Amino acid sequence: MPAARKVNWSDYASQFGALGVLIVICVVFAIVEPAFVSPINLFNVLRQVSIYGLLALGMTFVILTGGIDLSIGSLLALAGLVGAAVYKGGTGLLSAGTAGQAQGFGLWPAIGAAVAVGVIGGLLQGLGVSRLKVPPFIVTLGGLTAFRGAALLFSGGQPISTFTDEYKFWGQGMIGPVPVPVIIFLSFAVLAFIVLRYTRYGRRVYAVGGNPEAARLSGLSVNNITMSVYVITGFFAGLSGFLLSSRLNSAEQVAGVGYELTVIAGVVIGGTSLFGGEGGIFGTVIGILLIGVLNNGLTLMNVSPYYQQILVGLIIVFAVYLDQLVKRRRR
Amino acid sequence: MDQQSALLWMENVSKSFPGVQALEKVSLHVRAGEVLGLIGQNGAGKSTLMKILSGVYTIDSGDLTFGGQPLHIHNPHHAQEIGISIIYQELNLMANLSVMENIFVGREPGPPFFVSRRRLEQQTRAILERMHINLRPTALVRSLSVAEQQMVEIAKAISRDVRVLIMDEPTSALSETEVETLFEIIGELKRSGVAVIFISHRLEEVLHICDRVTVLRDGKNAGDALVKDVTRDDLIRMMVGRSLEQFFHRDAHLDAAANAAQDTAPDTVLEAQEIVRIGTAVNPAAVVLDHVSFSLRRGEVLGLAGLVGAGRTELVRAIFGADRRKSGRILLDGKAVDIRSPVDAIKHGIGLVPEDRKGQGLILGLAVRVNMTLAHLDQLSRADFVQLGAERRLVEEYIQRFEIRTPGMEQRVVNLSGGNQQKVVIAKWLMLNPKILIMDEPTRGIDVGAKSEIYELMHQLATQGISIIMISSEFPELIAMCDRIVCLAEGRVTGEVLRAEATLETLMHYCTLRQQVVTTEGSVSL
Repeated sequence: MPAARKVNWSDYASQFGALGVLIVICVVFAIVEPAFVSPINLFNVLRQVSIYGLLALGMTFVILTGGIDLSIGSLLALAGLVGAAVYKGGTGLLSAGTAGQAQGFGLWPAIGAAVAVGVIGGLLQGLGVSRLKVPPFIVTLGGLTAFRGAALLFSGGQPISTFTDEYKFWGQGMIGPVPVPVIIFLSFAVLAFIVLRYTRYGRRVYAVGGNPEAARLSGLSVNNITMSVYVITGFFAGLSGFLLSSRLNSAEQVAGVGYELTVIAGVVIGGTSLFGGEGGIFGTVIGILLIGVLNNGLTLMNVSPYYQQILVGLIIVFAVYLDQLVKRRRR
Repeated sequence: MDQQSALLWMENVSKSFPGVQALEKVSLHVRAGEVLGLIGQNGAGKSTLMKILSGVYTIDSGDLTFGGQPLHIHNPHHAQEIGISIIYQELNLMANLSVMENIFVGREPGPPFFVSRRRLEQQTRAILERMHINLRPTALVRSLSVAEQQMVEIAKAISRDVRVLIMDEPTSALSETEVETLFEIIGELKRSGVAVIFISHRLEEVLHICDRVTVLRDGKNAGDALVKDVTRDDLIRMMVGRSLEQFFHRDAHLDAAANAAQDTAPDTVLEAQEIVRIGTAVNPAAVVLDHVSFSLRRGEVLGLAGLVGAGRTELVRAIFGADRRKSGRILLDGKAVDIRSPVDAIKHGIGLVPEDRKGQGLILGLAVRVNMTLAHLDQLSRADFVQLGAERRLVEEYIQRFEIRTPGMEQRVVNLSGGNQQKVVIAKWLMLNPKILIMDEPTRGIDVGAKSEIYELMHQLATQGISIIMISSEFPELIAMCDRIVCLAEGRVTGEVLRAEATLETLMHYCTLRQQVVTTEGSVSL
């Protein structure tokens, strides 16, 4: 950062606030449960959050425009199934579940198909929000149900399981000590950070979320920008669908149920405002890590998962409260 | 009138806000059974006075009595309890509830926790019949016309035993026959001893329906007269006063030779022809712009004058493509252009500094730098990457040039003063080298120092050949700044005045002109 540039640190307070909480929690876990800080466990945490993390990157774009995307979990399942079917050579709705014997189309077409399903699903929802002017909550609530239905229909109720090593590598493999999904997540996080921070497009996403009318009167195509962010969440849902099927060695029609809420929680804990126009990728990564670390650390400490849920719930409310506090002081 | 015979008595009432003396020793009295007209230009203090009477503001000093007793209004609810009701231009009804539910909201008859619909309907019918209002108590408010909704508001006030009813521009959204009906109802109110304060820009109506008129100007009393003793011209004189001196005068800065050269070569930059716009948020059938035409020359500052509801903002938004036009053509440099969105307007070199700076001009939570370059990102980007170095240099240049007072370009605009915020908006457009800059109330809510800086800037832009359309509610400001002023009233062009001929009286005359004057005997053409 050039020295001449004055940074208003309070602008980053909400994002750094989550970082502070993350550090404190890590230190506490490290003291209470030394196993927590072993490299193996830390990479484990990262691998556990990488799918949530990828979804949260897309969600950050949507929430920055003041929207929301509830459909990602369902879209993930549908995309995973389609990708798996393509890989295994399933030729359609009926044979997908039992397509093990057929000739497959290869890995890259499979990934392409999963991502394409995500992008198309996102595009449809983006059109609904930006052209039909249906509130994003409603459009993606519809998506949540419809994509899940499509996943069940496509698979005929059967998961598509048992892949070759080349397929499983993406979800289960390691490069050196680093799990592959972690590398994918962090690479896309850097990319998303750059897009939001340094590109014209990123600037416009913030502007549309900050004040759509002012953005429109400044000559921005608010509709196109609004539509595009749902394509981005769709892309990440598609990619995650493939990765999760690879990780679990099975594309399931029930994959990703409830993921949207964890992902939204991570984005919000990371300081991105649900009203749009404020926040960013840095905070989102921290927010998602915070949830992952809490779950992991509490599990290591043998705390019941039920308590974990209660704690995450409280942290969401507390994080947003802190955020409001900072803003009130600033105004 | 003395304190005893007046129902509502306000004497020497003052109210100030930080930096503004909104009301200075204003007096207003009204008797039971009297209709008082309250008139004044935009910003004369009418709204402040209303907000005092409705309990939103408390007065700094002065006497307030109601029926001879000292009056302290705590809040809007309290005002209604003691019998002071206000019907605002924006009606406050619940669209999805019925007429009767709206009238008795919060006071529904019936046993505890329950509503007796039968009694609700009976009581509503009794009120409506008494006032000769022809409405079904069970009709949904949503299905009513604006005029009918207004009657629901009146009935609501009556159901609360209103003693002083204040109506803010009640006729602005009504058709002629609806105005007649309203006047009949005002007559009923009068007969039943209610004091009515009728606020309106329509001087003919004030002269027709009111007994007495009180004029405000710049937060002070500017006249008080029995209607039978005054004419329309008298009222205009009282409304405008004389206060031109305090303004920046472009005359003094204009080079006479350059001015003459401009006159011999009147390059028409923009021509708006027969612009029509129908429909507002409240009333989809309202005629907002009725075949409005005007032209704009190179390097000219063209003023748009008009009172609230004249259609000035709607006109410039229609030209900028921010709102949809029903019909009409726009010519730039003599060629017809199709402007359907702000994107098109910007492509053709038109910029808009909107009226609502915070709501439409700026993204308050983002930095000065981001706001300033928002319309200029295409030019500042290479392969979609914003060239941050070039951006900072450009922003720094404009901060210097316009003397924008900010701790730095990363400061959020929400933290800047009004004047500096406005400069950020203007800078945003000037980066694009516009041919035409539309400025809607560019000095509203800005302190005196920043105002004169903005006048200075506008003058510079005009001498550089940029054409400016300026909207202002302050006539003196228009007269000081504009080469030519187009007057609008109720969506129509009612007059055009050159700088040399512009006086406050002529502007006010044109801005209060209507095509039709409504009286209870029928319509009379002006």
